[in-house]
Amino acid sequence: MKPSPLKYHRPRSIEEACEVLAGVDGKVLAGGQSLIPMLSMRLAAPGTLVDITGIDRLDSITASAESGVTFQALATHASLASNPGANDVQPLLGRTLQLVAHATIRNRGTTVGSIVHADPSAEVPAVLVLLDGSVTVQSVRGRRDIAARDLFLGPLESSLEPDEIAISATVPAARRGVGTAIDEIARRHGDYALVGVAARVEVEDGVVTNARVTYVSAGEFGEVIDYTDVIGGASVSDDRDPLWNVLSEAARKRVETEADIHATARYRSQLVAALTARVVMAAARDGALSLATRPSTLRVDAGEK
Amino acid sequence: MTNRDVETQLSDLMAETGEQHVVVSFTLNGTKQTIIVPARTIASDAIRHNLRQTGTHVGCEHGVCGACTILLDGKPVRACLMLAASLEGQSVTTVEGLVEPDGTLHPVQQAFMDCHGLQCGFCTPGFVTTIAAFLEENDAPTQEEATEAIAGNICRCTGYQNIKASVLRAAEIKRERAGEFPLGKDDESSRAALEGKVRGKTNPVGGRAGRA
Ligand SMILES: Cc1cc2nc3c(=O)[nH]c(=O)nc-3n(C[C@H](O)[C@H](O)[C@H](O)COP(=O)(O)OP(=O)(O)OC[C@H]3O[C@@H](n4cnc5c(N)ncnc54)[C@H](O)[C@@H]3O)c2cc1C
Ligand code: FES
Ligand code: FES
Repeated sequence: MKPSPLKYHRPRSIEEACEVLAGVDGKVLAGGQSLIPMLSMRLAAPGTLVDITGIDRLDSITASAESGVTFQALATHASLASNPGANDVQPLLGRTLQLVAHATIRNRGTTVGSIVHADPSAEVPAVLVLLDGSVTVQSVRGRRDIAARDLFLGPLESSLEPDEIAISATVPAARRGVGTAIDEIARRHGDYALVGVAARVEVEDGVVTNARVTYVSAGEFGEVIDYTDVIGGASVSDDRDPLWNVLSEAARKRVETEADIHATARYRSQLVAALTARVVMAAARDGALSLATRPSTLRVDAGEK
Repeated sequence: MTNRDVETQLSDLMAETGEQHVVVSFTLNGTKQTIIVPARTIASDAIRHNLRQTGTHVGCEHGVCGACTILLDGKPVRACLMLAASLEGQSVTTVEGLVEPDGTLHPVQQAFMDCHGLQCGFCTPGFVTTIAAFLEENDAPTQEEATEAIAGNICRCTGYQNIKASVLRAAEIKRERAGEFPLGKDDESSRAALEGKVRGKTNPVGGRAGRA
């Protein structure tokens, strides 16, 4: 349970970090909440470790109704979850982070790290895809943005090149008429979820016009499942039982689940069915509510918030 | 040690062991420390082995049990999920550092005694550091908040009831030492935890340290 020998660098700037990382078998060390266990168990043995936690001013969080929420590589789960601006502009982010690990882990783990780590049982990647977010990466070759849908190639595999450092991630602001919700079942609050579900539902005149869902620990990693054909046209105030049932049935058919030591595939499938209905309905209600409570983008920009 | 000496030492170590060593300077329980360790050294090992502060326990070594929790600039973090090298320039408090210079136990330590919040004690340092930091942010927790505060720490012996009671009790001691009324806003929660569910010997509000 100890890491194998490695070369360690603690650069003072992003540029310096990119230079060290260019052309070596190296890994970025951010919060270490996923990487250090992998090193200790020797599931990973990079020759070089580039510890970016010594870089100044890489932990900012900016939020505006126009450009959404942008958080830099060293913004921790804890700081992002408690950022009032971020919670105003995109409330789903904070609600999601409350489900990520325990407070002690959130103090050190970074949200950008969670994204590029690309763990199918992590909440943030699912939400980034759901909200059409993106990450900005840098290397000696320059900067580029990667859209969430192009980011996740498979479990623990992102489309970052080995020499690229993610410097920030962005999620768009919540819009009027678009509701979101997330929920999960874990054996103990703070542990990885057996199944998690995040939904984004558009509502117009009290009627659902679009419903999309992403999953944690279920289905194809990084995939968005569209339920508009199932509940499009339904009224948010409709009797919930029929809607609940069609959503559950559809989810059971559309989402594949697998067994591991924590749960059987069948149990996961039941969780998928129940949670999909619960979360989509909650998102629909949130969308309807947002029409009454969320200021329109224009008004926020005009500074009348 | 001059810089020159340090450089020589690092290159000697490289030649002898074939691996990179690093110099790390940080504050441990108020004292400035400088150590030279292999770059791959985990912070919990540096604290225990190099600096002999063995209060920080190591259970799972992958972030799950919480026994190794230390305070980094006042915030609880897992010492087993950090490299010692990343401690550079930081301030670390371990369970040893929570005792007052005159030997008075920290309210959380006192509460664990009052409420019999430990059995074998292996998990205790991690609980104590975690709860100490939690009470800095919330000095009058409810039962539910107390439960949430300890959710990331595992104890194999106690069944958690006495640990939860210790959280509430610690809050009382803290308030009392600050010259405030010891019972919290939710005074039922602290009383009930102490009177109904705690098996060990429970001192009245005030505690041993409070009276001393
Ligand atoms: C006990 C425990 C419970 C947990 N529970 C959950 C949970 O319920 N849900 C959840 O989502 N997560 C959970 N986590 C993981 C935690 O959220 C981590 O914070 C997160 O996965 C990784 O962030 P990090 O900053 O610690 O990254 P690190 O561990 O430092 O890095 C992880 C990976 O990402 C790469 N990386 C990190 N930052 C960058 C960057 N800026 N550029 C390029 N590459 C980078 C690293 O090279 C490494 O491959 C848990 C962790 C622990 C220890
Ligand atoms: S030893 Fe660090 S969390 Fe278990
Ligand atoms: S008291 Fe024994 S592990 Fe907690």
